[in-house]
Amino acid sequence: MGLVMTQNDWNRGRIALAVYAALLFAFLYLPVLVLVVYSCNGQGVGGFPPHNFTLRWYSLLFQDDAIWRSVGNSIVVALASVLIGLALGIPAALALDRASFPGKRAFRRLVLLPLVLPGIITGLSLLMLFREADVKLSLATVILGHGTALISVATTEVYASLQRLERVQEEASLDLGANYWQTFWRITFPHMRLSIIAAALLIFTLSIDEIAVSFFLIGRENTLPLEIWGRLRRGITPEINAISTIIFVFSLLTILAWYRLRIRGKGETEPFQAAEPLP
Amino acid sequence: MFSRAYKTWVTLPPLVWVAAFLVLPYALMFAYSFWSVSAAGSLRHTWNFANYGQLLGREVYRQTLLRSAWIAARVMLFAVLLSYPLAYLLSFHTRKGKDLLYQLVIIPLWVSYLVRAYAWKTILGTDGVLNTSLQYLHITTHPLHFLLYSPFAVVLTLTHIYTPFAFLPVYAAMEHIPRNLIEASHDLGASALQTFWRVIVPLSMPGVVAGATFAFVLSFGDFLAPLLLGGPSGVMISNIVVSLFGAAYNWPLGAAISFCMLALVIALLWLSERLEKRWAWS
Repeated sequence: MGLVMTQNDWNRGRIALAVYAALLFAFLYLPVLVLVVYSCNGQGVGGFPPHNFTLRWYSLLFQDDAIWRSVGNSIVVALASVLIGLALGIPAALALDRASFPGKRAFRRLVLLPLVLPGIITGLSLLMLFREADVKLSLATVILGHGTALISVATTEVYASLQRLERVQEEASLDLGANYWQTFWRITFPHMRLSIIAAALLIFTLSIDEIAVSFFLIGRENTLPLEIWGRLRRGITPEINAISTIIFVFSLLTILAWYRLRIRGKGETEPFQAAEPLP
Repeated sequence: MFSRAYKTWVTLPPLVWVAAFLVLPYALMFAYSFWSVSAAGSLRHTWNFANYGQLLGREVYRQTLLRSAWIAARVMLFAVLLSYPLAYLLSFHTRKGKDLLYQLVIIPLWVSYLVRAYAWKTILGTDGVLNTSLQYLHITTHPLHFLLYSPFAVVLTLTHIYTPFAFLPVYAAMEHIPRNLIEASHDLGASALQTFWRVIVPLSMPGVVAGATFAFVLSFGDFLAPLLLGGPSGVMISNIVVSLFGAAYNWPLGAAISFCMLALVIALLWLSERLEKRWAWS
């Protein structure tokens, strides 16, 4: 075969690529499949082939108070993180879009840093702060950690939507005698609404799953991932598969909702912009 | 058009928050790294370089640092190599079902990190899914012990976790390549293979650099996968930090190591940004 590919070679190349893609998807989904299958396996976590289909692990799970307590804690943490993330992320996006101040570039990078930083650094640096300030570790410290790390999610989402807002609309509103407050609620906010909801969903999901930062900032009360972590270290049971399957289904539903909003909001930008490198 | 007051009100709160909960903690980490712990276990606020001296001088830290870098480098390589062909297939050779396939790559990203690491543990264990399947199919007679509690298990799990991460920027870079460049290349007589190597690969480099940086940085600092799957031979630098902040109780030394990690990560991010800019076109 020379450098010029014939039509035949080309088709073969495409078939090879398709087979490759199928294998890669198998690799990506194998763990999820194993989780779900073995959550219904009567014989425990390992062992092939699985046998004795059962829902026993799910019923055990529903009687497990410690798990449900931690689920409640995780929801509280996630909701509070959403509030912090939005309360600071939205002004930050407005500031980046329309104000100029010294250190703006540095500020932008700093806000984004926790997303690309290993969680251990965020967690430990805040742990030292709380120790120096004599703050007792509790769910509140976890909330501060999650909220701070996830501000950037709201900032990037909202900033992207502000970039698409035509400034003349706000100008017209101001010219016609509306004040900044009215202009914000009648023009700016409705324009940002979808991106705010999307950011909230994203922060919620990320916070619910977060473990590295929580690991260092947790007090007596566990969040769900830390409760699971504690059990993993004691030995594994299919109960963990069952709760993992439930978490998986929930994250899937949240992501679907988020994605639909994303499509309604625009169309041209890829999702998960938050993970893009520092601008 | 926005008044001074407006700008102050949107700028000040996030600025103050970031100063209090990001800048201050990092500065504190830096300060801690020069302090020490007395025999009685109380913190001594005396300034010296002893922690950094230990970090450079003690064999165990150097070795663990190298091992972490080596694990992270393998994860980075595999994540990029695995995701590149898929991104290429999706971006250039898929018309129907493109969105669906894209979603299928993203979804595993939203499965809890812990859940995925745990799933690999149940797959790789001595009585795990893989070993029992191999024996069931009479491929092996005894369980393979090297699968779990080894650097291999850590690399496999982290590769699984960070492949979708690496995929995103690579795919985004490919989607931004103007299609008329591909047509021009064909019109000028280049074969598909030549077009791939001379047009698509160079133009997708910024995405590759971004994806590689994510994969390296995030797996370099990981401590949960090594704790769960690594065993004694899979200990990474963050595990040492965790023990220094826990049972070993030497926060200042732990802070010195974390600060070096922070500096390394920032240096890598800076480097990758430079590379992305250099290789970006237009």
